[in-house]
Amino acid sequence: MKELIKKLSDMRGVSGFEYRLSDKIKELFSAYSDEVYTDKLGNVIAVKRCGKPCAKKVMIEAHCDEIGLMVKDIDKNGFITFVCIGGVDTRILPALEVIVHGKRDILGIIGAKPPHLQSAEEGKKSVKIEDMAIDVGLDYDEVIELVSIGDSITLPQSVGDLGGQFSGKSLDDRASIAALIAVFKNLQKVKLDVDVYATVAVQEEIGSRGAKTASYAIEPDIAVAVDVCHAITPDNSYNAFELGSGCIISVGPNIHPKLQKRLSKTAKDYNIKTALDVAGGSTGTDGWAIQVSRNGIPTAVLSIPLKYMHTCVETLMISDVEAVASLLTFFIQNLDENLEEWLCY
Amino acid sequence: MLLKKLCETNGVSGDEGRVRRLIMDEIKPFADEIIVDSIGNIIALKKGECSDKKVMLSAHMDEIGFIIKGITDKGYLQFETVGGIDTRVIISKKVKIGEKEVPGIIGMKAIHLQKKEERETVPEIKNLYIDIGAKNKEDAEKKVELGDYAAFDTGYQEFGNGKIKAKALDDRIGCMVLIEALKHKCKYDLYVCFLAQEEVGLRGAQIASYRIKPDIALVLESTTCSDVFRSKEHEYSTVLGQGVAVTFMDRSTIVERQYSKWLYDTAQKANIPVQYKKTTMGGNDAGAIHICGEGIKTGVLSVPCRYLHSPAGVVSKSDIKAMQDLTILFIDRIEELVQ
Repeated sequence: MKELIKKLSDMRGVSGFEYRLSDKIKELFSAYSDEVYTDKLGNVIAVKRCGKPCAKKVMIEAHCDEIGLMVKDIDKNGFITFVCIGGVDTRILPALEVIVHGKRDILGIIGAKPPHLQSAEEGKKSVKIEDMAIDVGLDYDEVIELVSIGDSITLPQSVGDLGGQFSGKSLDDRASIAALIAVFKNLQKVKLDVDVYATVAVQEEIGSRGAKTASYAIEPDIAVAVDVCHAITPDNSYNAFELGSGCIISVGPNIHPKLQKRLSKTAKDYNIKTALDVAGGSTGTDGWAIQVSRNGIPTAVLSIPLKYMHTCVETLMISDVEAVASLLTFFIQNLDENLEEWLCY
Repeated sequence: MLLKKLCETNGVSGDEGRVRRLIMDEIKPFADEIIVDSIGNIIALKKGECSDKKVMLSAHMDEIGFIIKGITDKGYLQFETVGGIDTRVIISKKVKIGEKEVPGIIGMKAIHLQKKEERETVPEIKNLYIDIGAKNKEDAEKKVELGDYAAFDTGYQEFGNGKIKAKALDDRIGCMVLIEALKHKCKYDLYVCFLAQEEVGLRGAQIASYRIKPDIALVLESTTCSDVFRSKEHEYSTVLGQGVAVTFMDRSTIVERQYSKWLYDTAQKANIPVQYKKTTMGGNDAGAIHICGEGIKTGVLSVPCRYLHSPAGVVSKSDIKAMQDLTILFIDRIEELVQ
């Protein structure tokens, strides 16, 4: 599992640039799927059929895009200014090493005015994004040969093994993709009563756009979105879970209550560690878009606790990803065609 | 490559041991005598044809970093900065802790959990932690002890058009040039000093210069290069790629005018790219050396370094070569400066 997560974390594709990784993701699913395809927006969809006519469809979903930056302009000295794609915490940016995806991938350092040229007042404030620029060590003429306005920029990789934990970039939401792949692998030799669709969606970070078109096209009978939630750190314990809590199951208006109950019961039956995450409105995941696709889809959200979300040092516990994969596996293998029976209010 | 090895070896002020061992191995064949003093400076002597005069060359071995000062019950590390670090450059950066080089990250709660005012403000060091993925305090204590030092975990990489990105370029560049310099014969006794604890107050320089009492000293450094985004041209202290920088004055030293002029003119005449350091900010070991004992004639050469004191500095290879060339000329023509 760790190797798989690492492989996915090393891939680079911010929202709108998922084409950089979709082929690699297709390949990871191909051995365990009856069909893998890419739709118009770039969502990768892997299908595992049960072979029965008019089978019910279960969709499990995670997103493949990552937060990052985009080239806004290039100044006369060759410094590259940028905007954020998705919710990047700009406080992590000063002196960060990034990769500018120009004609080829090039290393850049995010620089700002040195402290001695700033007023005391400026020194107390976070550096504003408009006051930062990427230094690729090239002169203007050389930069414009390689880099264009609109090129994407990704953040550096973290350390990997961190004690008993794992730290990497873009674990939001590549760790969840690893869980989906594990589910498909687990189900390889299992006789199913439903068709399973694994949707790896694009453009979640800028508004769940991929999930919207994928769930419309697939029209599943049940959907489970997998994403990350906050983990407890010394500076925050609100709305967060300890690493190692297992699979976090969401409850609230975004979630079909019967579906949630069934997931929780499955976890109990198979001794899978879980905790409940209560959200009074949107879960902030693709589950929010999926729930209201077409006539509506019974939706659940599972998540993996993650420290330092939306930074390049996101950190999780592999056992939590495994818990999500196990729960989904047991949940799916126990489904029969009579979904309405237990889903009905 | 020597500079890569020097930069990637950790040596925060007070913890220069690993850098010192690396340098000792490099210089042994070229020095007539080597001592390591009480603070950990390396002083290597290369005898000249005559021992009437003493020439001191120095660079500092230490780098900015962190020291571990507490471990929370949940196993997170509290720390202090060692040397001048702008807190804004440390968030979400990787570090390595102690001799065992335990990997760690400096985390901060996710953007979703921050209030608007928090986003606009620089966090205080006391509210930041190094995360080593420990289960709890006991687990953390197996890997880290109070007083362990931590350095940025940044690889050395050449990029752009002849640029280098690395940590600790300040002042391992100086160390590298000194190692080269030691291979050259000087007319007088040459004391090549690799100094400790510059970043916390020029500590090593004070005692080394007192011990040697040289007739002339030359400090090799890295200096701030502010030819960066949003700086105005008149604010540029040095410009990357335009040569070795000669200091005439900074916060700690006024270099004797004839001396700084000699360095600048000699470089120019020899077609070595040279520039003056145009701002008077900053300071370095010259501040301690020139007022040591009865006073010592001290000059400073620096390589311009963008994003100094951050996890990733940027220098130009051509500027390093210029500093090296001018240092060798200084040794060869020392009689013009010391009568």
